[in-house]
Amino acid sequence: MAIMAIPAFLRGPTDPNVTGPQVITSWKLGPLTINLTETVVLEWIVVAVILGLACFLTRNLKVRGVSKRQAVAEMAVETITKLVRDTMGRRWLWFTPYIASVFCFSIFGSLISLFGVRAVTSDFSVLLSWAAVTFLIITWTKIRYGGIGGYLKGFADPMPVMLPINILSEVATPAAMALRHFGNIAGGGIIMMLVYYGLANASHMIGLDIAVFDVGIPAVLSLYFDLFSDFMQAFIFIMLTMVFVSNAGPAEDEASAS
Amino acid sequence: MTDMGEAIILAGSAIGAGLAMIAGIGPGIGEGYAVGKACEAIARQPEASGAVTRTMFVGCAVAESTGIYGLIIALLLIFLKPFT
Repeated sequence: MAIMAIPAFLRGPTDPNVTGPQVITSWKLGPLTINLTETVVLEWIVVAVILGLACFLTRNLKVRGVSKRQAVAEMAVETITKLVRDTMGRRWLWFTPYIASVFCFSIFGSLISLFGVRAVTSDFSVLLSWAAVTFLIITWTKIRYGGIGGYLKGFADPMPVMLPINILSEVATPAAMALRHFGNIAGGGIIMMLVYYGLANASHMIGLDIAVFDVGIPAVLSLYFDLFSDFMQAFIFIMLTMVFVSNAGPAEDEASAS
Repeated sequence: MTDMGEAIILAGSAIGAGLAMIAGIGPGIGEGYAVGKACEAIARQPEASGAVTRTMFVGCAVAESTGIYGLIIALLLIFLKPFT
């Protein structure tokens, strides 16, 4: 009997490899090298998907005779608005679009790994840039409410001895946010890769050339590492952003008075 | 580098990765405690369950970060092999 060559895809992963995102092309700009990585291309796809979804959901809105599509859009907007109002207070309501877009980007960027590509959020630079935006907003809020003098004085808050600790905690806030999200998604991805590799090896070991164990069994773990973890991390990222930003401003009481 | 030296480094990296995951103990205990307290709070005041759950998740996430740092170190040691 002629043995057909089995495609590599059906054999499953045969060696565990953990690499960063692939560089597709790179340009030289003087001393700089600009890399077009896998992550950037996937981010474009994610942006296109979110844009398409937003356009699709908000097409011909009506006041009466609400369609199902509009009901979904309204529910999403209402949920996120309520979350921002409950967490940050009424005066921060203008902040909702940013929170919603970070949430969508994080969710879709993580869930894109379900299609067998690298998750956008398992690239540390993505998370670091989001955390840097949060850091800028925190700093801007502090300067806006306390003036630049108040901002600088805040570093020597209880006493001037605390200066290095305060600077450290200022930097640690965005770094910890980025590392947490990155560690969860990248760690989950690596664990899933190891599971696929182990099950493929197990099915080779019992004499099958096709990785039969890779069908279905990893889905149980994928439920946690891909679905639950992605939603949780996106939610936690926006929660922490909201808490840190609203804590940077003054207390709530004068906001409720207005 | 000799084979022996590389083997020792690999063994050390593997042991180090295992030791790094001891960091999982702290967040486990801490999060379990937090979730237990949240259950108590919800049992006492079911109408506040939304706020309690939200706060608990954020607290858990913050408590988890030390465990995640350990995980990152372990993954670096196993897969990137920084010392070979």
